[in-house]
This record gives sequence, structure tokens and C-alpha cells, in this order.
Amino acid sequence: MRHFVIVAILVLAATFLVYTGLDAANLMPVNASTQASEIDWMWNLQVVAMSFLFSLIVVPMFYSLVVFRRKKGDTTDAEHVEGNTPLEITWTVIPLFVVVIFAYLGAGNLANTLRGDPNAMVVKVVGSQWSWKFEYPEYGITTQELYLPEGKQVLLKMESTDVIHSFWVPEFRVKQDLVPGRVTELHITPTLAGEYKVRCAELCGTSHYSMEQPVIVVDGALFTSWVSERQAEAAALDTPEARGQALVTANGCAACHSIDGSARIGPTWFNLFGSTVQLSDGTSVTADDAFLAESIKAPQAKIVAGFETQIMPPYQFTDEQIADIVAYIKTLK
Amino acid sequence: MIKKNTVGSGLLLLLIAGAVGYGIGFGLDALISGGTPKLAGAVPSAFALLFAVSAFFFGLYGYRGITRGLVWQVMGTLLGGLFVTGIRALMGMTGNKLFGAFFFSEPAWVFGALMGVISFLVGVGVMDDWMKWARGIDTPEHHEDKPGWEKYFGVSLDHKVIGIQYTVTALVLISVGGLFALIFRTELAQSGLQFLSADPTKFNVFNQTGPQFYNTLMSLHGMIMIVSILLGISGIINYVVPLLVGAQDMAFPRMNAFAFWVAVPAAVLLLMSMVLGGFDTGWTGYPPLSSRAPVGVQMFFWGVFTAGWSSILGALNVIATVLRMRAKGMTAMRMPIFVWAAIATSIIAMTATQLIGLSFQMVSFQRLFGMGFFDPAKGGNPVLFQHLFWFYSHPAVYVFVLPGLGVISELLPVFVRKPLFGYRWIAMSSLGIALVGFVVWAHHMFTSGMNEYLRVPFMYSTMLVAVPTGVKFFSWIATIWGGKISTPTPMLFVLGAIVVFLLGGVTGPPNAMVALDLHLHDTYWVVGHFHDTIFGGFVFPFFAAIYYWFPKATGRRMNEFWGKVHFWLMTPSFLMLTFGMMFIGLRGMRRRIADYDAALGFDNMHLILTICAFGIALSVLIFFINIIYSIKHGEKAEGNVWNSRSPEWQVRSPMPAHNYEVPFEVVGEPYDYGLADSKYVEFSATAGKKH
Repeated sequence: MRHFVIVAILVLAATFLVYTGLDAANLMPVNASTQASEIDWMWNLQVVAMSFLFSLIVVPMFYSLVVFRRKKGDTTDAEHVEGNTPLEITWTVIPLFVVVIFAYLGAGNLANTLRGDPNAMVVKVVGSQWSWKFEYPEYGITTQELYLPEGKQVLLKMESTDVIHSFWVPEFRVKQDLVPGRVTELHITPTLAGEYKVRCAELCGTSHYSMEQPVIVVDGALFTSWVSERQAEAAALDTPEARGQALVTANGCAACHSIDGSARIGPTWFNLFGSTVQLSDGTSVTADDAFLAESIKAPQAKIVAGFETQIMPPYQFTDEQIADIVAYIKTLK
Repeated sequence: MIKKNTVGSGLLLLLIAGAVGYGIGFGLDALISGGTPKLAGAVPSAFALLFAVSAFFFGLYGYRGITRGLVWQVMGTLLGGLFVTGIRALMGMTGNKLFGAFFFSEPAWVFGALMGVISFLVGVGVMDDWMKWARGIDTPEHHEDKPGWEKYFGVSLDHKVIGIQYTVTALVLISVGGLFALIFRTELAQSGLQFLSADPTKFNVFNQTGPQFYNTLMSLHGMIMIVSILLGISGIINYVVPLLVGAQDMAFPRMNAFAFWVAVPAAVLLLMSMVLGGFDTGWTGYPPLSSRAPVGVQMFFWGVFTAGWSSILGALNVIATVLRMRAKGMTAMRMPIFVWAAIATSIIAMTATQLIGLSFQMVSFQRLFGMGFFDPAKGGNPVLFQHLFWFYSHPAVYVFVLPGLGVISELLPVFVRKPLFGYRWIAMSSLGIALVGFVVWAHHMFTSGMNEYLRVPFMYSTMLVAVPTGVKFFSWIATIWGGKISTPTPMLFVLGAIVVFLLGGVTGPPNAMVALDLHLHDTYWVVGHFHDTIFGGFVFPFFAAIYYWFPKATGRRMNEFWGKVHFWLMTPSFLMLTFGMMFIGLRGMRRRIADYDAALGFDNMHLILTICAFGIALSVLIFFINIIYSIKHGEKAEGNVWNSRSPEWQVRSPMPAHNYEVPFEVVGEPYDYGLADSKYVEFSATAGKKH
């Protein structure tokens, strides 16, 4: 009996110590959304449960190892105890109740996390290998950074142009995959101004690791002025070269094609227009409008020597957009 | 002079043939690419690898068994590839440069790979008896193995030989998978891409840039480890289960040999994927990413498909053996507890493995024939793949851990000298875990975009797994409580397994909570969590089992001191590794990334993790040296080393060729330690009748 009392006290003490330690370790990143508060509440509950369960098993185990250790020279067996059915039933039924309660709490917690505000601002998120693009249909702007006003719920309507990606800002906690062929949704209510990053959480190929872009939460007034600036910029940017540059940025072309001559996965665009390009079949071709347009539409039609194994995904552009991109490439000298 | 059939002559031939193969491949590459071959290009590397491995076994073993299998696999692959290439050329198919960047076109590689697998199986000789029967020729019931090491490199029908073949292959693959982990772990020691550079002029191995090669290594680390675990558990089960139930062999010895040998060409296919452009999909191979990956992904798909046969047939054999071949008196509730675990794991492996094979086959067909199963443009659904995939791949983790948990339950009573507490509950909890495991798969898909309302029922079912798992933990603790505990190496690994598996267990429920999982999913938290479950449920018990049954197989003990060094080096390294992984995972470290944002401030922790990984590698190296040394020079241990009640320890070690010369009858409970004058089994010539 004495052993049981000691172990019970030790289990409680260990639970307290483990929990205090984990709590002090500040395990979660900054809490920057109402969804994060919900999730952190559940996390804290789980830390309590983890601390207790860990102590409940480890403490009696180490206690036994020390106290019931075989004495030197003792070759006899221990007391013959085969089992105890009431005890087995107890430690089946109690955990059963506990997990059902936890799952019940988890369902409520999920409902709170997903709760949508009908007045939420809609932002369309487009994920592509390996970049993000954010469209604000209300304001008619498209950006590379996700600007969000503090305290207002945003509804992200997310699409992928190629493979599965996953939208995750650790400070907001919630995560949702972008699935080709459908629109997935995510509600986020930012609560803390600051600069964060959206990080693609679903393996999406070669440069998955670098598929990160800024997410900036500002107060309402700053957000409004940011919107007007972007709108003014968009109006100014209506030349073919500028439209082309915007398309290039929006589609993440620079992930593979450098504009300064440095080596990347695909051929550089620096000094490309008008130059003579060696192809993998041994012939060569002049990089004129037709060649560049073809290379964007059907990347595998003519493969530049040395890039045989780097398969560029096909992009869907209109002919005007391609002309804009080519116009931009012409400026890179 | 180099003597025939030694490791030395194998290594010498490996070097020579590797160089010759590289030369041939380099020449071919030069021809194909019109004069610009790459030093570490796919073709020279592939040829060097194939030549070197075959030559090693030739030097070691001569042209028979595994050598003949590998040579036939090479020939079968080439002939199959040429056959399809020829047909495609005759049909004038476009997009079919006769020898493209990867030597063959994709359909030619797939057909070649399958022909290679079949050729291996014919070449190695595992189908000999069946082919003879088909031609009306009788073969003897048993094939006697010659004494010595050579039987391990050819087809043997003895379950003990096959068990050791499985175990050794598993250890080899664990080393390969671990080596891959060390490579990418080294890259991760610091933020920024160091040696795995994204610039193809600085890093170009097998036609892959640094990040591409990282993705290939990371993906192969996963799948090679999974295959090695499947082989590892088959090794322990194959060696131990017939001994525990008192059978002379498995129910179907030829199918048993087939199940082992089919895993070897499967492993070759998996490694081939690395040189054929690799693949960047992770072991999960989600489309559309996997439908766009290089040819390597096809080798990965068909490698897994082939390895699946090993798992399914092996499991079928275990179930048949346990159902039909138990000793007289061995009722269900008097079976050694490990047998229950083997049954539970086999039920899953036999019925769920088909789903991963099917899902990969569907993506393969999508690539080869344009079938749009998972292509939204053709009305397909990418999320469907994830359902099919996880329907196997979640229960698969129970396939990995149930035998390990069985080892813990089997060994604990021996080292605490007390009966296993609540035998029936532990036995039933194995079945409970196996069955509940079938209805939890979608908890891998909480963020996938599947129907939102499905997430809650899967949260409930997932949480239910905690109940039978808890029964095991409580029963183990009750077994240890009040025992007379001694801690030789196998027991240390058992205790380590309990603590590590517990860590995996308590970090599980947070993932089951849907909302919390929206944060945890696809982070290093999950990586830490499942490494805990796999180390606790497989790696630690696997080592415990090897230290424990090594004397049974060899008649010698492994060195106790170095066994303890192995344990005390591996355990803290591993614990620190997974604690660190979980810590940075919570703070924002994503899974499967070749590089991480320096602004996150993870550099120091990653450096520590890398050091820990090398600590584990060093401990495993010590283990290997211990094994190799102990086979010849270990302390003699021919009797009941651990003073166990189990039948296999009541006869001399190493085990005689046909197991029990005198059959036994079960006359008591398996774990009645501390009960005076009780016996589990009694040997008598009249006990021959099976239960």
C-alpha cells in the first residue's frame, strides 16, 4: 500500500513538473488570430493530458526499476500475479470515457475554429509551383503579399493551378490544402498586427521549401491606404512590358528563370532576345518572338541544350499575355 | 591470390565491375546525348550500380542464388525495355526518342522493370519447384540446406534461414535508409542550401539539382524504411512463430521463400528510382505531383507494388501456420503473446496492402495510358487517391508496431520473473488496435479538402485507438510492478521501447483533435511523433528481439557491454532528436523541405538534431560490429540463456534444422513465473499430434 501512495504522489508531482516545464517552454508561435486562440486552448488541454499520461506510466515504471530491482544473488521468481479483471475493466472504461469527452470537446473546438462571418472580406488565393498570388475581387487588385486588416475576418477562396499546395501561416495556426480542380475555403480573423509568412505545407515539388510569401496584418486605416496605393499602381502599370513583368512575378517564373544571367533551373532571360540558342537535338535557333511564344506555350517543343531533364509545366496564357511577357523579356539586357 | 567466395573477392569484383559498368554507361550516355555525357548522369550511375552489386555477389557466392537472380533481373529489365522500345518504334509512336535522357522511354522502363522482377524470381530459383510440378516432375518435401553461411544467399525453404534472410535484408535496408537520412540531415544542419545546391553547375547528381536530390532522398528514406520495417517484422515472425507454436516450418515453405525473395527485386526497383531522375513526391506519392514526377516515380510505384506481394503472402502464411500447426494443447489463450501480435499484424497486412498497390497502380496507369482517375481535367479526383492510399498506409503503422508491442509483452515476464499481467486483455487489445485501425485513415486528411463533416467521426474513431493502446501500457506497468527486475541488453531495449512508444502515444491525440491538427499537420511535430511511434513500436523492440533470440540462432551471445553502449548512445540521441523535431514543428517548421527560413531561428536546433542523428548512426554501427563479431567470437550460449519458460529455450541452441526433435505438448500457461512446479510445455514422443 505504501508503494501505491508514494507512486500516486510522485505521479502528481511529475505531472505538475512536466506541465509547468512545457508551459514555460512557450511551444506555440505568436497567437495572431481568433482561430489561434481556439486552437491554443485545445493545445493547453492536450498538454495537461500529455503530462499526466506520461507521468502515469513512466513514474511507476522507474519506481519499479529502482525499488523492485533484483537483489544480487537472488535467483527466485517474483510473486505470481496473473492479472486483475476489475482493474483491466477500469483502465479500459475510464479512458473510453475520457476519449469520448475529448472528442466531444474537439468537435466544439472545431466548430469555433471554422465559424464563418457572413461579412468576411473575400480574398482569392492562387497557389502555383512555387508561388502564391492574392486577388482582392472587391478592390480589383492582385498582389504577391497578403495584406489583411486587423480584427476583420477574411475568407480565403483558394485554387491551385497545378499540384496540391497547402496554405499555412503558423501564427494563424489553421491550414487548408489547395486542390486542383476545386475551390477550398479558409476563415481567418487576424488579431495582431505584424509581418508573418504563408508557408506551403504540402510537398509540391522541387522548390517546395521556398514557397513562402509575406503576410502582413495592419490596422484598418493602413489597410485602406494600402489598397488605394495598389489600385493607383495597377492603373499606372498598363504598358505591355509592365503587364508582362506583372505576369512573370505573379506566375513565379523567376523561380527557374533568372533575369540577371545567374544559373537557375531553367535558362536565363538575360540577353536572351535575339541571341542564338543551342537546342538539345543539336540544332540552334534565334530567340525571336515566335520562339519565345512557343517556349511558353509548349515548353517541350524545343528544349534548350542542358535542360533536358527540367520539365517546365505548361502555363495557360492568352496570346496577348504571351506578347506582354515577350515584351518584358526584350527589356532584359 | 584472392580466394573464391569470400568477402574480399566480392569487394574486389565490386570495384572492378563498378568501374567497367561506369565506363560502359558513360560511353552509352555519350552516344545518346550526342557528346555531352554527365559525370554523375543517370545512365553511367545505373550501369555502375547494377554491375557492381551483381559482381559483389558473384565474388562472394558464385553464379547461383542471389547472383543469378540479380543478373537475370538486369537482363530481364533490358530485354523488356528493348521489347517495348522496339514495338513503339515499329508503330512509329511519337514522343519516343529511341534512347531518351533516361535510356528508355517511360513505358519501356515500366515493362522492363516488371520483366526484371519476374526474371529475378526465376533466376534466383524460387519458382523451381513450382515449375517442376507444372511439368509433372516431383520434388522432395524438404530441401536439406548445407551447413555454413552459403545457404543464406540462395533459396532455402527453412523458416529459420528465411527469417535470418529477412532480418539481414532489413538491416541492410535500414542502413541505406539511414544513410539517406544522414545526407539530408547534414544539409539541414544550417539554413540555406549548402552542398545540395539549387545551381545545376554546382550540384548535379543523377540529373538532379540539390533540392531535387533532397526530395528524392527524403522520399526514399521514407519508403526504404517502410520496406525494411516490413522485412524486419517478417524476419522476427518467420524465425520465432513456428518455434513458439511448435511447428516444423511455416505452413507453405515455398510461398514463404517466394515472399522473401520477391522483396529483393522490389528493393532494387526502389533504388533504381534514384538514378532514373528520382521523384519528389514523398513516400505518399500524391497526384497530381506524382503524375508529373520523373520516370523514377514509376520505379518507386512498382517497387512498392512488388514489395506488397511479400507482405500479403507472408501474412497469409503466418495466419495459416498459426491456425493449423500449433502444438497439442496450445489453445488460443495459451499461445505465446507474440503469436497474437503476429496474427493481428498479419490480418492487416493480408487485407489492406492491396490498397496501396492499387492506388500506386492507378497513378502509374494515369501516366502510361492517360486514364484520368485523379486528374480533375478528366473528371478525376485527387482526394480519392488519398483515401485509397491511407486506407492501407494508416493501418500499415499498426503492421509496423504490433509485432514490436508483442515483443515487449513476450520479453517483459522473462526479465521481471512475473506472469504477464492481463494476458487476455493484451491479446485482445492487439486485435482491437488492428480492427479500429481500419476506420481511422482519414485523420491524415483533415486539411485535404475532403467533406468537412467527415472530420468529426474520424476524430472519434482515431481517439478510440488510445483505449486498447492504453490497456497495453497499463498491463505492462502492472507486469513490471513488484517483479524482480533485471536489465540485460534485451530488457533495456524493451524498457526503452515502452518509454519511446509512450511518447509516440501521448503525442498522438493532439493530432486527432481536428482543429489542433490544422496547425500540426505536415509539420515536424508530426515527424517527431511518428518517429517516436516507429522507434518505440519497431526499432527498439526489433533490437531487443535480436539481442534476445541471437543465441537461439547462433548458439552465442552478443557482447553485453557493447549492447549497453548501443542502448545508452541511441536512446538519449533519439529522444533529443524527436523532442527537437516536435519543438520546431510547433513553432513553424514544415515537413519535407530542403531548406528553411533563417528568420525562424531554427539553426541551432537543427544542428543539434543533426548531431543526434549521427549519434544514432554511430550506435547502430556499434550494433553491427557487435553482431558480426559475436557470430564467431561471442560467448557460447547453448542452453536457456534467459531462463525462459518458452518452448524454444527448452532445447539446445542453435536450433536444430527441423526444430523440435521431440515434439511438445502444452500443459500450462505460458507466463506462470513464480508458480512452483508449473510448466508451459512437456516434451514427449506422443505429443506429435497437432492441436
